[in-house]
Amino acid sequence: MPAYNLEINGERHTVDVAVGTSLLWVIREHLGLTGTKYGCGIAQCGACTLHVDGTPSRACVIQVEQVANGQKIETIEGLSATGDHPVQQAWIEAQAPQCGYCQSGQIMQAVALLRDNPRPSREEIKSFMNGNLCRCGTYLRIVEAIEIASAKTAAPDPSA
Amino acid sequence: MEPIQHPIPRRQFLKTSGGVALFIGVSGILPQLLSCDDSREVEKAVRSHRLTAWVQLTDDGRIIIYNPAAEMGQGSMTSLPAIFAEEMDADWNLVEVVFSPQEAAIYGSDGWSPDRKVMLSAGSRITSGYFSALRQAGAQARHIMLSSAAGHWKVPVAALRTENGKVIHDPDGRVITYGELVPYLSIPETLPEIPGEALKDPKDFRLIGKVLMRNDIPDKTNGAAKFAIDLRLPGMIYGVLERGNMHGAKPVLNNEEEILGMEGVVKIVPMDHAIGILASRLEEALAAKKALDISWGTATAAGYDSGEIFETYTRLAATEQGGEVITDIGDFKAASRTAAKTYSSDYLNDYVYHAQMEPLNAVVQVEEDLRGARVWVGSQQGFDEKLGVPELLGIAPENVQIELQYLGGGFGRRSMTDFVTECAAMAREVPGTPVKLIWTREDDISYGAYRPLSLQRLKACTDARGNLTGFYHCVVGDGGNLVASGIRNEHYDIPNQFAEWKETSHGIRLKHWRAVGHGPNKFAIESMIDEIAADQGVDPVEFRRKLMGKSPRALATLEKAASMANWGGELADGRSRGVAFLERSGSLCSGICEISVDRDTGQIRVHHFWSALDAGIVVQPDNVRAQMEGGIVMGISSVLKEQLTIADGRVQQTNFHDYQILRMDEIPDSVETALIDSTEPPQGVGESGTPLVAGAVANAFFSLTGKRLRHLPFSRERVLQALNS
Repeated sequence: MPAYNLEINGERHTVDVAVGTSLLWVIREHLGLTGTKYGCGIAQCGACTLHVDGTPSRACVIQVEQVANGQKIETIEGLSATGDHPVQQAWIEAQAPQCGYCQSGQIMQAVALLRDNPRPSREEIKSFMNGNLCRCGTYLRIVEAIEIASAKTAAPDPSA
Repeated sequence: MEPIQHPIPRRQFLKTSGGVALFIGVSGILPQLLSCDDSREVEKAVRSHRLTAWVQLTDDGRIIIYNPAAEMGQGSMTSLPAIFAEEMDADWNLVEVVFSPQEAAIYGSDGWSPDRKVMLSAGSRITSGYFSALRQAGAQARHIMLSSAAGHWKVPVAALRTENGKVIHDPDGRVITYGELVPYLSIPETLPEIPGEALKDPKDFRLIGKVLMRNDIPDKTNGAAKFAIDLRLPGMIYGVLERGNMHGAKPVLNNEEEILGMEGVVKIVPMDHAIGILASRLEEALAAKKALDISWGTATAAGYDSGEIFETYTRLAATEQGGEVITDIGDFKAASRTAAKTYSSDYLNDYVYHAQMEPLNAVVQVEEDLRGARVWVGSQQGFDEKLGVPELLGIAPENVQIELQYLGGGFGRRSMTDFVTECAAMAREVPGTPVKLIWTREDDISYGAYRPLSLQRLKACTDARGNLTGFYHCVVGDGGNLVASGIRNEHYDIPNQFAEWKETSHGIRLKHWRAVGHGPNKFAIESMIDEIAADQGVDPVEFRRKLMGKSPRALATLEKAASMANWGGELADGRSRGVAFLERSGSLCSGICEISVDRDTGQIRVHHFWSALDAGIVVQPDNVRAQMEGGIVMGISSVLKEQLTIADGRVQQTNFHDYQILRMDEIPDSVETALIDSTEPPQGVGESGTPLVAGAVANAFFSLTGKRLRHLPFSRERVLQALNS
């Protein structure tokens, strides 16, 4: 079995898996980083969202060999050591999660949004987050959480 | 069997490292043992359950409360302990919560059966089922704190009071925390039943009715919350099944040698309904599953088409042959004969799928001697709290431990035990080795258990003054209560009512889906009410006002919703509103939606939804709002988008690209919920929003376009069809 070197949350890992194994199975079942979830396997639900070199990506359709060449992978576990990333805190303030299964993916997508666009409009939020499904229907509170995080972390608008 | 109403005999308390576990029984707990005079029998029962406590106090001041219900996002992990902590007067900041053992005799609720206690998180009956039992248990725990402090300080109990986790002796100002009291805890000879008057006055509640942060939410924001699908145990291997897409069809495997030769495959496990693969790694199991060459036999469902069947259902609705009677009040036939006007309409509903985000899964380890098993699963529990595993393995129930996990969505699907017994059957093949069985999303859809397809035929009659004198409701479909729930009109004053269920059967797997039959039946009822109102030129809210003349609580929800929505007020161009009312799980709710319709694409858009809910005492108001928001979003999703179809007996959808649920860009701009003040006992909330949506949207659509939508979902095709009719 080939060996692949991965950099995840700033740490190096080496895994022996078959070529073509999805990054999602590698990080969950081989490395035990189970915060990233399996929901559909075909990039329709967003539960497996993590960052590859800062870009939000669906781990279920990434093959391990595609990210074993120095790419920096960031998962929900890597957002903060003690769960106090501003987006995580906003999520708690808004009491956004219900069952919680989709929420890692939602948060990773939201973090990417706010890094690129610290003051998104409500329409921009909905559009950027549209690939992340929530069956419990917490969308309204997710929007609220993103707006809370944006208000707390965005620099004051110089034109205001 | 009535719970035994007498003082509970003294219990041993269980010393554990770092503290003391208090067995604070619930009145009537273990009734079969309480009636037994042999105290050794009682002790044996207590000892045989390693943890038989509602609360564990540690000497560093922590208070660990046991939650007997499943946590699927509906908040019971927080609300049930809060009820206990309220009456115990515990310091909520020191409370931690863990799942109780799955032992129904101790931790079950008596709301399901007169004969025994049941652990079942379904039907929105958890809070109502445990409210008084947990208040009683919490009050008894507080009594133990008081009497222990009285003994320690040698003062009368009457001179003591509690406040937020402390016992206070006002005469000399001495104070001791519950944690500091642990070394001095003693259980009085008899634990009194705490009479209702001695429970907290609701005006003194610190926790119940207040906004509490849910204790499971932080871990659901940082990846730490574990669902059963996340578990990794030493030596664990993986199981998957190929079940095909015709329910009940039997498989014959044609390439056994090839599969056994594949990398990592440990064993093939043929079953009646599927071929199972055990493999060392998940990706190996999935690769082998893909390579299976299976010949499928036929099944009852062969030839069944979920589109064509409505023709049959329409004929069945019309036949003279009656079905099973559900409601029979007065004489509908007579009322119909003498009526000034009669109405008749049919309403149709396709199958819908649960689509819970965590695909089904379980982990089971069968002991090497095959006489015990451990199960890790996200389950809504059931009448058999051991989830069918003892029966499958032929072992004693007490030798099966269920370790309850968080559920990544339940909605009724996870009170079925198929995925648990499948896993046990796989694990039995490798005794001593834990097996994690995972359903792919494709498996989850194809071999789901759906809300039944159904047809409702409604007839109504009015007198010369337009009063509704009779209401007839026939539901045609498979599944008994799955299609019949919600047929009763308990809050509309209609003197003659008849409702019946005409049974069909197609071999398609069926299950409770959030609110069960209430979704389709309230769609039909609320639409019919509006059709009559429209025919008479009466405003739909006004029409319901008259019908609710004898139901002041229902009327209060209607008035509140109308006021929130500014019913009758100005509307922007292209917008309209519709109203619906329901009762479900003991709560009453009126809802109003505001919609627009794109007449080119047939797309309905829900912009706002207002609802007023009377659910009795509300333990966690913010959580109840969240349940209404989520339930209404799920309602909009199923009403506008969701359709599971069957052609020639085969489920047609395979994943989220062809079974679509509501996405972020389709949500309303606002969902507002008002909670009506009440001192009545808490009622169910989790399923009170979803069934409002269909009727409200259909009624708003009529208001906007003059056309009726009568077939769920209101897909774009059906909307365009209606517009062009």
